[in-house]
Amino acid sequence: MEKIVRQIIEKYGSDPNRLMDILIDIQEQYGYISRDAVALMAQHLNMSQVDVEQTITFYHFLSTRHRGKYAIYLNNSAVAYMFGRQAIKDAFEKELGIKFGQVTEDGAIGLFDTACIGMNDQEPAAIINNKVFTKLTPYRVREIIRHMREGKSLDELMNESYGDGKNQHPYLQTMVSSNIRRKGMILSDDYVMGKVLKTILPNISPEAVIAEIKHSHIRGRGGAGFPTGFKWEFCRKAKGPKHYVVCNADEGEPGTFKDRVILTEKPELVFEGMALAGYAIGGDEGILYLRYEYRYMKDYLESVLKTMKEQNLLGDNIGGIDGFNFDIRIQFGAGAYVCGEESALLESLEGKRGEPRDKPPFPVEKGYLNQPTIINNVETFATAVRIIENGGEWFTQFGTEDSTGTKILSISGDCMFPGVYEVNWGFNVSDMLDMVGAYDVQAVQVGGPSGTLIGPDEFHRTLGYSDLSTGGSMIIFGTQRNLLKDVVLNFMEFFIDESCGSCSTCRNMPQVMRNKLIKILNGNGVKKDLSDLKEWSKVLLASRCGLGQTAGNPIVSSLKNFRPLYEELLQKEVEFDEGFDLVASVQGSCKYVGRVPKFHHHN
Amino acid sequence: MSKPIIATTSLAGCFGCHMSILDIDERILQLIELVEFNKSPIDDIKTFTKPVDIGIIEGGCCNSENVEVLKSFRKNCKILISLGECAIMGGLPALRNGIPVEECIHEAYIGGPTVQLNKDHILPNDDELPMLLDKVYPCHEIVKIDYFLPGCPPRADLIWDALVALITGDPLKLPYEVVKFD
Repeated sequence: MEKIVRQIIEKYGSDPNRLMDILIDIQEQYGYISRDAVALMAQHLNMSQVDVEQTITFYHFLSTRHRGKYAIYLNNSAVAYMFGRQAIKDAFEKELGIKFGQVTEDGAIGLFDTACIGMNDQEPAAIINNKVFTKLTPYRVREIIRHMREGKSLDELMNESYGDGKNQHPYLQTMVSSNIRRKGMILSDDYVMGKVLKTILPNISPEAVIAEIKHSHIRGRGGAGFPTGFKWEFCRKAKGPKHYVVCNADEGEPGTFKDRVILTEKPELVFEGMALAGYAIGGDEGILYLRYEYRYMKDYLESVLKTMKEQNLLGDNIGGIDGFNFDIRIQFGAGAYVCGEESALLESLEGKRGEPRDKPPFPVEKGYLNQPTIINNVETFATAVRIIENGGEWFTQFGTEDSTGTKILSISGDCMFPGVYEVNWGFNVSDMLDMVGAYDVQAVQVGGPSGTLIGPDEFHRTLGYSDLSTGGSMIIFGTQRNLLKDVVLNFMEFFIDESCGSCSTCRNMPQVMRNKLIKILNGNGVKKDLSDLKEWSKVLLASRCGLGQTAGNPIVSSLKNFRPLYEELLQKEVEFDEGFDLVASVQGSCKYVGRVPKFHHHN
Repeated sequence: MSKPIIATTSLAGCFGCHMSILDIDERILQLIELVEFNKSPIDDIKTFTKPVDIGIIEGGCCNSENVEVLKSFRKNCKILISLGECAIMGGLPALRNGIPVEECIHEAYIGGPTVQLNKDHILPNDDELPMLLDKVYPCHEIVKIDYFLPGCPPRADLIWDALVALITGDPLKLPYEVVKFD
């Protein structure tokens, strides 16, 4: 063991900043990270064991206990439940005789819940040893388990055909489907790899690139909408021996999967965009921070990087431009929604717990390894290439005045054709529902759980930064769904699981709110609970990052737009009820000390 | 108008909040002018003898007796105030809330390193004793509480100002120092 762990550490130059890579490799090698391995890492990386352990315990896919020869991670997003997750869960548990969170006694198979794995358009889905299994049925569950027991290899477990498009590429060969239903400038087939780097960049200065990006008025596609041109300019002007370009492919917002599709179908476009950004800011290195759920793309993306290097689109003197040296490496996360927050992502890149940093300073001044760094979404980099290719002016003809260009939407839930749609900004929700074949719609979750839940009254609203802002996640709920129980509660559980725990507001308040919601669902709610929920949610704004600040949104926004759903569950003519049950609450202690509970004056 | 009547009690607390009430020093003479005390450790009246205007609660609820007392306060008082961290949030006693009550009892009477004389592993189970709750509850999870005065303990001046505001009807000044975190 010692030899292999040391080899892994040396593979990453014994660099503590590469702790994530080291941990992931050890986890994959052994199915867990042992105390001995922790001690070895601490010794060779010159860190304390606690520092190694705190990184391990932060991430969902890293574990100090054995996760089984086959570790099955079943997605628990709201949409997975809508498409039969419960039956799949039951089938796994029945077949194996264990519960989720456990490993079979022989150490062969482990069952684990996991947050949205970016497959909302093909649920229920699970990740088994980095391979994605989509559209599971109880029959397939039984078959998979049987084949595992027969000792079949992971490839043999899969008997479905491969997905569409590049999912059939020799390095991918996955059953995941891209489901591209509408193409625009990013997903279009007219992209020619290297055109911008080789024929345009040699003729324009980095400043001119930034000017063009500014002229296009493109804003960040991750959801926050910061003007990309300004970000690049700030970073270019910031002083530091190194400048970094980071692509945020953490895509953890439940219901979004468009980055998976862009990286599957147009990875060259994204990497070219990163190189373009590198040229603009004077960058030395690019890093693609890819969520661990997409580990199955590793070989494929690395082969693309290799090809681009061979064609002088990465590496030294790119496109023949003297001194334009830029390389890209892939850094995997290990399962943490909060790492999509840019400063948490930086911490993770440096091998630490993904806890957001205090700001300022912003990453453009002090980012990765304290050097000026830009962090942009996958889609932003891809779009930037098309802007430089066709001009900022050309770009402004798409979309609206304050939201230029196109947006790729990940649409899932109750509709005929879930998948990826590239539309111009300014598209309205009602048209969108018609486009995807959604009928009898009760509500649409715009922008994922951290976004807004809207009802038919608001379907006239348009997608854009000034109205309905979205990073791309659109989840449709039909009239047959119980919004509070099946959706809002699921989303609250998600935020509770994913809080990094750094701010007490986000660590506690979502639990308090979730408990109140459960109380209401159980019929113990009173009118005051609704005003409490609304008022108390405000303390979340004191949290350091967007996760905490929006962690109450599922309740806040459903309370605003679907108040009658709450009101009809409340007790009538009861002013106060906290659901406290004296009889139930003394049972445990009385039983333990051996006495029969007696109640004199009340109840 | 007759003098407003006040009652106080300490549930799962340390009596520190009551000490803080006494910290109003000589103003207690003024207080006696302004109000009348009913059930309270301060005058040692054990049961409510008439309807009360303001009930002040120190401590949360850790056992059945706490619940009983708190409910009798709700029944007999027009206004209830949760005074201090334990009443508002459960406070230090609530540190046990993450641990099953069975484990707590075991640690206290059998397994704890300082338990040496209880060789027969006797557990307190007399019917006269209050029954332990599964966890420590803040008061507002048992009955409706009207006002909350934060602090551990709340400062004497805050208690004084709050009582004066309630009695006179003037708005209560809550400067930053009083409500700030820690």
